[in-house]
This record gives sequence, structure tokens and C-alpha cells, in this order.
Amino acid sequence: MKYFRNLVKPYIIWSFLMIVVPLLLIVLYSVTTGGNSLVNIQFTLDNFGKIAEPIYLAVFIRSFKIGLITVLICFFMGYPLAYMIARFSEKVQSVLILVVTIPMWINMLLRTYAWISLLSDNGIINSFLVSLGFEPVTMMYTDFAVAVGLVCDFLPFMVIPIHTSLSKIDKSLIEAAYDLGANRVQTFFRVVFKLSLPGVINGVIMTFLLAISSFVIPKLLGGGQYMLIGNLIENQFISVGDWNFGSAISLLLAVVILFLIHLMKKMDPDETEEG
Amino acid sequence: MKKSRIFSYIYIGICFAFFYLPILVTMVFSFNSSKSLTKFTGFSLKWYGELLADGEIMKAVYVSVSVAIIATIVSTILGTVTAIGLSKNRKVVKEWILNINNIPIMNPEIVTAIGLMILFSSLKITKGYVTMLLAHIIFCTPYVITSVYPKVRSLDPNLANAAMDLGATPFQALTKVIIPMIKEGIYAGVLLSFTMSFDDFVISYFVTGNGVQNISIIVYNMTKRINPTINALSTIVILVLVITILIVNLVPMMIKKTKEKQRNEKAC
Repeated sequence: MKYFRNLVKPYIIWSFLMIVVPLLLIVLYSVTTGGNSLVNIQFTLDNFGKIAEPIYLAVFIRSFKIGLITVLICFFMGYPLAYMIARFSEKVQSVLILVVTIPMWINMLLRTYAWISLLSDNGIINSFLVSLGFEPVTMMYTDFAVAVGLVCDFLPFMVIPIHTSLSKIDKSLIEAAYDLGANRVQTFFRVVFKLSLPGVINGVIMTFLLAISSFVIPKLLGGGQYMLIGNLIENQFISVGDWNFGSAISLLLAVVILFLIHLMKKMDPDETEEG
Repeated sequence: MKKSRIFSYIYIGICFAFFYLPILVTMVFSFNSSKSLTKFTGFSLKWYGELLADGEIMKAVYVSVSVAIIATIVSTILGTVTAIGLSKNRKVVKEWILNINNIPIMNPEIVTAIGLMILFSSLKITKGYVTMLLAHIIFCTPYVITSVYPKVRSLDPNLANAAMDLGATPFQALTKVIIPMIKEGIYAGVLLSFTMSFDDFVISYFVTGNGVQNISIIVYNMTKRINPTINALSTIVILVLVITILIVNLVPMMIKKTKEKQRNEKAC
């Protein structure tokens, strides 16, 4: 037994250096000024105060707005999809779920790149509209384009947990509801939907997290001026060079997200049993 | 009942079309004979030729593939060894390590990325290929641990002891008894870390330097210009990934089927 106990030691050192230390560095940068020279640092909370400035606050509000829109579209598209998939035989279900997951494995950059040629002013959708006699529509560099990209990328994260919840439901409960006189609508809202709630919560939080922290899709489909939290962080580190402020925003983002994940795990009975 | 079936076929079809439309467009236009991304003017393999001739893109392909392979090997070994060791440790140690291990999985990628960027610059490591590789090992290992650890936990804790009582050295007990029994978890870890590493953009983008680019970074830098060679590259990448995923998913199903058939024949 004791032979194998020491096998974790390399990883303890490795994970401390490569996971814990970087986080501590972010915390350190977020409460100091003086940029990258660690010699003359001064402690301050100004970096967090700066977040409340109107220009930065607007970025946060826009991120939450886009996050909510993405979640709503994903939910109203994804729930019916998961529900319909769950009604097929088990074999067909596993194939359909595989079809849903395959895009998740394909490089996000490449998929987003393809949306540019679809949505641009003289892109495929617009030339199709023109050939039907409609006016071309500007879609690139709008909220619409960003939402399309986000939904396309994150919809599987909504569909899969909901499908998992739905496929776990005991079919006899639904039959019992019918036997007790409930109609289809009542059965759905009072039995099926309630039992699938853990999956819904899981999906909603996952898509929200992914949407508010993404920065590639908004940058490619929303243009250089389009700022979400992720873009703001990138800006601070790559172009502005204010690492202290960038760290403060990242810390805030990490805290919000870890809190939401904690919430999600608390609501999911399967997870708490294991933990 | 039948009507709702037809409706669900249509709805599932529309959703899948939405998922696969960008992928399909990329593939079709990679065979286009002109530079246009909107009109298909004729079939040609011109862009595949240009892709092979483009030194910069080929270098990025080399970086992506080599980083993914090395990172997968290192993180699979590190992750598997850790997962085996974890099960023999006290509960407190176990929980601490698993919690720390979960941080890179749950944290937004961009936060992990800037953490590593600050770490590398504080340690005065020149950013480039080495930092990218290190970063990939860092974010792949937790996924290996989470896919291998449940398998280790389901093993009988006395197995290794039994092997050693029968004269195996600890190393033999590990490689001949434990590892063969958890190989499914290890395969899952390999697949997960390879694709995670190969697809990564955010972390690579922040920790690279000196002009070292992987496929994602080169695509990101090229989006300003229309470049159909990217479509050709995408098509190859997509085909390789889809074929791998199909093999990984379908082969076990087929093996199961033939085994069941054999069993049935024997029973007859």
C-alpha cells in the first residue's frame, strides 16, 4: 500500500506551483499598483474601484445582457431538442447525442471563422436574400452576430444536461400522471419539467458562464470595438498593459463564476452525494 | 402521435442544420476554384495545394500537433500516477488535491491563461514554444485525473497487495495489474487531453511569444483577410477529429455486438 502513496507527491508540488501560485499572483496584482516590477509595489483597492467607472460598468452590463440572451435562446431551442431526443429508443438517442457533441470537439476558432463568411455583408445568407429579392441585412459586428456565434457554440452544453435529466425520469411516473387524470400539458409542467430541473439549472449556469467569459466570439463576430468582460481583460493585458486592473477584473470574474458553480453543485442531488 | 413525430424530425433537423451549417460551408468552399466565399465557381483542390505551400500555416500545424502529442503523453502519465496514488492517501489529502485539481476545470479559461502569463513573466521565462507546452500540460492533467480517478476508486484495494504477495515488485504490480484494469479511464483521458490541447486558443494565445503560433492563433490572426486556405485547413482538421471520434465511439459498440453474437452462438 504505502508504495503507491508517494505517487501523488510530484503532483502536489506541480499543482501548487502551476495552479495555486498563478491564482495568488492574480490576487497580488489585483490589490497592488506598480505594474510588472515587483520591487516597488504598493497596496491599494483602486483597481476594484475602477471597475465601477461608467465605461467599465457598461462592459459588465453588456456581458450580463449577452449572457442572459444566450441562455434564453439556448434554453428555448435546447429544451425541445433534448425532449424530442429523449423520446427515441436508447440506440437512436446515443447516436443523436453523439451528433450533438461532435461540434464541441471541433476547434471553436474554425467554427466561428465559418460564421463570418455566412453573416458578412456580401456573405452567403445575404446573397441568398438578394437572390430572393430582399434587401441585404447587415449582420456582422452586431449583437445578433455575437448571439448567433455564442448560441451555436454553447447550445450542446444546454442540451446534454437536460437530456441526461430527462432520460433518467421513471416512465411510470408519467403514466401515473395520466392515470390520475392529468392532460398532456399538465403532465409536462407538473411532472416532466419539474423532474428535469436539475439538468435545466446545470445547463443554464454552464451556458451563462461560457457566454460571459468568452472573448474570441465577440471579437471575431462583434468586431474590435465590441467589449465583453473577456475582451476587457485581454485589452488590459495585451494592448493597454495595465496588469493590475486586468487582474482585478479577472479575480471578480473568477469569484462570480466559482460561486455560480458552487450553487449549481448544491442544487444537483447527484453531485452532493458524491462530494 | 404520428404528427408530433414528423414535427420532431423537422425540429431536430433544423437544430442539427444550425450546428453543422458553418462546418458544411467551410468544407464546401474549401473546394471552390475562386477566392469567393459566397459563390461556388467550380471544384478544385487549389487551396489544398496552397495550404501545403504556405510555410507559416504548416509551421502552426506542426506546433499544434507536436504540443498536443507531448502534452497528452506527459499529462496522461502524470495524471494516471497521481490518480493511483490518490486512492491510497488519507481523505484530507485526497480532498485537497481534488479541489485544487478542479480549479483549472471550473475557472474561466481566460483567468487560467492570465494567471500563467503572470507566472511565466515573474519567473522570467521567455514566452514561446516551451511556455505553451507547459501551459497545455497544466490544463490537460486535471482532465486526466478526473477521468482516471473514478476507475481507480472502483478497484479492489487489495489487488496490488495480492500481486506483491505473489512476488511482483511494486512496479510490476502497477504496470501489470492496476494499469490494465483502469485502461478505459486512461483512454478517455488521452482523448480528452489531446482534443483539449489541439483545440485550445485562449490559453495558448496568452502564454505564447516569439512568433510561435498554433492553428487557433493563426486562424485568429487571419480573420481580417479572406483566406480560403483556412477552409482547406479546417476541412482536414474536422475530418481527422470526426473520424477519430467516430472510431472511438463506434468500435466499442461493434466489439460489444460481435461479442454478444459469439456468446449467443455458443449458447445455441
